[in-house]
Amino acid sequence: MNIQEYQGVYVFVQQVDGKVAGVSHELLGKGKELAQKMGTQVTAVLLGSGVAGLAGDLASYGADRIVLVDNPDLKLYSTRPYAYAMCSVIEKYKPAVVLYGATAIGRDLAPRVAARIRTGLTADCTKLDVADDGTKNLQMTRPAFGGNIMATIICPDYRPQMATVRPGVMQKIKPVAGAKAPVEKLDVVIPESEKDVQILDVVRKESHKMDIQDAKVLVSGGRGMGKPENFKLLEGLAKALGGTVSSSRAAVDAGWVEKDLQVGQTGKTVRPNLYLACGISGAIQHLAGMEESDVILAINKDEGAPIFEVADYGVVGDALKIVPILTEKVKAAIAARNK
Amino acid sequence: MNIVVCIKQVPDTNEVKIDPKTGRLIREGVPSIINPDDKAGLEAALRLKDSQGAHVTAVSMGPPQADTALREALAMGADEAVLITDRAFGGADTWATAHTLAAALKTIPYDLIITGRQAIDGDTAQVGPQIAENLHIPNISYAEELKVEGEYVTVKRQFEDRYHILRAKMPCLITALSELNEPRYMTPQGIFDAYREKQVKTLTRKDLDVKDGDIGLKGSPTRVIQTFTKSPKAAGTLVNNLTSEEAAEYLLDKMKEKFII
Repeated sequence: MNIQEYQGVYVFVQQVDGKVAGVSHELLGKGKELAQKMGTQVTAVLLGSGVAGLAGDLASYGADRIVLVDNPDLKLYSTRPYAYAMCSVIEKYKPAVVLYGATAIGRDLAPRVAARIRTGLTADCTKLDVADDGTKNLQMTRPAFGGNIMATIICPDYRPQMATVRPGVMQKIKPVAGAKAPVEKLDVVIPESEKDVQILDVVRKESHKMDIQDAKVLVSGGRGMGKPENFKLLEGLAKALGGTVSSSRAAVDAGWVEKDLQVGQTGKTVRPNLYLACGISGAIQHLAGMEESDVILAINKDEGAPIFEVADYGVVGDALKIVPILTEKVKAAIAARNK
Repeated sequence: MNIVVCIKQVPDTNEVKIDPKTGRLIREGVPSIINPDDKAGLEAALRLKDSQGAHVTAVSMGPPQADTALREALAMGADEAVLITDRAFGGADTWATAHTLAAALKTIPYDLIITGRQAIDGDTAQVGPQIAENLHIPNISYAEELKVEGEYVTVKRQFEDRYHILRAKMPCLITALSELNEPRYMTPQGIFDAYREKQVKTLTRKDLDVKDGDIGLKGSPTRVIQTFTKSPKAAGTLVNNLTSEEAAEYLLDKMKEKFII
């Protein structure tokens, strides 16, 4: 393989129902930064049916160029048709780097593509950089052993270098209004043999809550909340602060709250302006998902709890008693400010 | 129906600790378990066996110690167990692991292959789909429910905000979520049989149709160049012995200081 033939940073754009996933915007931002270090450009790879209208959105988030595969077989995500289209793009354009969001789609698609192309794939990265040793290799860093260690991985002899990247970790750029990027259409015919899984139904999960990755304020509860009813206290405080409730794995495993509220290595990574941990001891796998928050406050009865090692300010005490008082004080402070 | 379940023996990462002086992982005394998602996959296979009849084979690639995980699978009710082990397979990344497992699976009859979604030590979720690609069969990831009717498997496939109900003709590979079920315990008779009556078959390098350049470290496109533990963040302020009223006031002050409110 002549690796010099492979040029450019490509981002797989995940769109569902014509809406671009947040992580794809994040990767365009990161991809642009990596491309500058490599002296190349960032290309958005947009797959779907009737999605050409998203080009402007992708340009505004940093795409220098867009490769579009518009095909009715790509209307809904399905592993093999998407993998076939992605492999067609890679074979034609020979990118140096391809990035995917580490989502339920990206983590299914990217492995299949990597196996077919015969190249490396690094899962669920939290840091990407370019080697300054002249190789310009992509350095991909990811947690392993439940977040206990970090490993930096390269793919020196195969191209493209591919990674899935954890949502919520990279920063998107501030969208540039009116930005434009050239769109290149690639016609791909998906062979019948690739259409071997039938989609019988699409069932949306009922959820009226804010996604915890979008929240500016998270009031998060753990085992120390004692029982599911006590999460109501957290909801009251979260509402007063204009945020939402999240949780540790312990509260999810106990069946107190839904899995989509879980912060941590096996849950979501969050980076809110304020993370208030209530009755959360702070297992390494939890800290891995929230330690980049701007301000971390913690309430825990155990002064030896590891959560206090990452908290900016910690209070040793009973969250069940402190939270209701704090909620009233927050409401009063906001009311006073708005007068 | 022949069902093959791929299982991995992993250290229980909830028990892994870091030596605060050296920053290294302390592996001594950490129990080895069947990876939870894989165990749910095994349970799913055993339920299909119970309800409609199936021959269940548990397969594991790993060092000779992985024999314990396979004996556990036998004790839970698997009919056969296969250990894929050889020094030549060592150091494999997901590409080479999937390639090796797929070569082994070509020697075993299967209609349905079940793997866990991901292993708790590596957390990659890549090997399942990559095995399917090597075998040129469909894969359905993130299965929360599955049923088999005739030649078809129907799966409730999880996404962040929705499910797809998917149907594929077997042979097919499914990756299982631990939400799929609650795995059964081994029975005393099962344990007895697993060690006295049943065998763990071993496959080594010479049993597989693979090239040296496609297995182990040599066949792996990725290289780990550095591992490290995260440097701890500078400790913040901890206050003790406050009344609940004072504690609430303290937290409110900090929110104001940091312009949260």
